[in-house]
Amino acid sequence: MQIAARHLDKTTIFDISGDIDLATSPQLRKALLRELRELKMPRVVLNLGAVRYIDSSGVASLVEGLKASRDVGSRLILFGLNKTVREVLQLSKLVRIFEIYENEAQSVAP
Amino acid sequence: MGHSNSAATAMTDTESMISLRNLRVSYGEREILHGIGFDVMRGETLVILGGSGSGKSTLLRTLVGLERPSSGEIWLKGKNIAAISSGEMDEIRKKIGMSFQGGALFGSMTVGENVALPLREHTKLEESTIEIILRLKLDQVGLSGYENYMPSQLSGGMKKRAAVARALAMDPEILFFDEPSAGLDPIIAAGVDQLILELKQAFHMTIIVVTHELASAFLIADRMVLIDKGNVVAIGTTEAMRSSTHPRVRQFLDRIAEPAVSEELDYLQMLTEEHRHPGR
Repeated sequence: MQIAARHLDKTTIFDISGDIDLATSPQLRKALLRELRELKMPRVVLNLGAVRYIDSSGVASLVEGLKASRDVGSRLILFGLNKTVREVLQLSKLVRIFEIYENEAQSVAP
Repeated sequence: MGHSNSAATAMTDTESMISLRNLRVSYGEREILHGIGFDVMRGETLVILGGSGSGKSTLLRTLVGLERPSSGEIWLKGKNIAAISSGEMDEIRKKIGMSFQGGALFGSMTVGENVALPLREHTKLEESTIEIILRLKLDQVGLSGYENYMPSQLSGGMKKRAAVARALAMDPEILFFDEPSAGLDPIIAAGVDQLILELKQAFHMTIIVVTHELASAFLIADRMVLIDKGNVVAIGTTEAMRSSTHPRVRQFLDRIAEPAVSEELDYLQMLTEEHRHPGR
């Protein structure tokens, strides 16, 4: 998994690629919690377009990020989910809990 | 939720998940499995049927690496696990889940601690992440909110579900069940069958079930393999097995008792065989 950060006005966009699994999810968790808990960024957007697969530890890391965003009053937004990633979130009953958009333009819209 | 699960698009795939080639397993000088060979396809539920002493449980134990074959090959994820080091086998084991007969939960731990155990033992995930995963897994087996219960406070069916949650903790690509209905009343057993069907449907998991419960087997299986006296007697879809005219298949499926005279020679041999000490 690779994570690259971009910054727009009051928004951090993480471009993530590869697999989010037991080996890599701690890295995603750390990046999310830093942005949300420490830097209190008002909006954090995850571009999951190049993520092939996410396991339960990846889902749990996203949930931790979502909880942190709610705690500090920020928004955590996901976009670009492929069928596999969407299916995993659906099975975990999380599709309606996360704020999910089709593309970046929708995700960073004011 | 393994790679295979998410990638699968159909009920079953044509790709082989496990391949057994001429597998032989012995305890001491006594050979239990006499050259077993078949494939388990990705995303299918394969039921291993057989009577007591048929060798089906030994086969399962060998497939999960608890027994070493005396010869033959077991190909799993591109590796012959019959010939790999214990360190490599530990890595393979992280991708397989096993639900043992009787549940095998640790009685001194809560349900949540039982489910979290593989994650605490084999990963470096933060405790907060593990807590969320164990709740996701308990929800998947219909046990939301039971993480602080002790196993002794659960019914037989709930224990079985908790054991399945633990088997799912590491997102296995293959899930093994040893006699999932053993010791459960028929209604609770039907609930466990339903859970197996749901897991297959939701996660497109490859599932291998050892059982002698025919009703359960026909409900959950895509294909079945009948083991008898350490040999594969028949393998095929549930329809093929139902319509099989193979005498041994018919005997097993129609629950015909063993004719008293059919094994006279085996019996005579057993009574008169010269005693051999293992290892001599």
